[in-house]
Amino acid sequence: MIELDVRWKPRDFDLAVSFASPAKHLALFGPSGCGKTSLLLAVAGLRRPDAGRIRLGGELLFDSAVGLNVAAARRGLGVVFQDGRLFPHLRVRDNLLYGQYGKAASPALGLADVVELLGLTDLLARWPTTLSGGEARRVAIGRALLSRPRALLLDEPLVGLHREARSQVLAYLRRLRDEIALPTLLVSHQPDEVEALAEEVVLLDDGRVRRQLGVAEFAARRN
Amino acid sequence: MLTAAEATALAISLKVALLSILVALPFALALGLALSRLRFPGKSVLEALLNLPLVLPPVVTGYALLQLFGRHGTIGAWLAPLGLQFAFHWSGAVLAALVMSFPLLVISVRAGFDGVDRRLEAAAESLGAGAWRRFASVTLPLSLRSVLAGCVLAFARAFGEFGATISFVGSIPGETRTLSIAIWELLNQPGGEAGLGRLVWVALLVGIAASLLAALLARRSPGAEAAHD
Repeated sequence: MIELDVRWKPRDFDLAVSFASPAKHLALFGPSGCGKTSLLLAVAGLRRPDAGRIRLGGELLFDSAVGLNVAAARRGLGVVFQDGRLFPHLRVRDNLLYGQYGKAASPALGLADVVELLGLTDLLARWPTTLSGGEARRVAIGRALLSRPRALLLDEPLVGLHREARSQVLAYLRRLRDEIALPTLLVSHQPDEVEALAEEVVLLDDGRVRRQLGVAEFAARRN
Repeated sequence: MLTAAEATALAISLKVALLSILVALPFALALGLALSRLRFPGKSVLEALLNLPLVLPPVVTGYALLQLFGRHGTIGAWLAPLGLQFAFHWSGAVLAALVMSFPLLVISVRAGFDGVDRRLEAAAESLGAGAWRRFASVTLPLSLRSVLAGCVLAFARAFGEFGATISFVGSIPGETRTLSIAIWELLNQPGGEAGLGRLVWVALLVGIAASLLAALLARRSPGAEAAHD
């Protein structure tokens, strides 16, 4: 599903990361500041590594050797950012529909489906500033889903949520995983998140791949 | 009530100020965006040049306009065969007002763009929005108050413009005699006190309205606040 091989010095860390995985649901796991988010943003096309290649689902997205760097807007990847990043000047409904502009409507997953799937019915007319942390995160997930992505990139989707909201959003994400056939790349430093959502795990530390293992082995090693 | 000549002067000032903003706005948006988002060689030189009309004596700016756009000016001589003439024509007053108010417009527009959270633009990009759509649907709406405040300030500046205008296009009644120039003419005219009083009141009202509006707009918008959470 994903092949990634990049060398990169974003700010103060030094990344040299290389892995390939056939898994449909892959997690990058590691402590804060190990470069996970930078890698996710590179896959999304929002940051450009110094050198290397990124291939996703058979499509080459970045290859410094041939000067290829597909624009983020044309990668068709739904990103759920750590900080939500809802548009403050648009109501929830318009936030959800933002990524559908200029794209053919999906018969498989429309606004009604996503609203139902994520429990957003009562939020549609609200302004983002009035949402709780968990609500905002669900809207951000819905917005990414509705942009008709080929894959979903989740950057610490539960970080900063209090316990109740966290388990609620996690349940929604799990439901998503089971009901929608969408590949996901998860970035997280929380083992329970990884165990709940991923099939395979790449362990990162200090800008290097330490191990790559199945989620069962990941869980077993933890206990 | 204003006399016909006074009303004409007011109308010319309004026309000149409004047109100068309309013409300047697309350029100010483009330049404001470039200054806010891009790093390029000569940027600080460009910024300094841009502010020149703010720091130069307006008469000097007017003289420079005459040298450039006058009938025999560097650019004016080239435009004349095309039937385009700025000197001693009301369109020259628009040009003078535009040049004098442009720095205020760009400063305000740029501050608005600086205040937009770049992460929201990145989010829009990840949702498939190209550069134009990002600008129109995220950057501009989130900086709209600053852009409008800039327009109001620039309008007030253009409405009151005197020095550059009189040096460039003179004081032709019904053509280039703006409100400010009419006031100046009345100052030099014995028995002009009554008209002077009326025009000064008009100028005061327009000025006060503009600065109230600008102050209202300059209050932080709820959207911009949320973007910085």
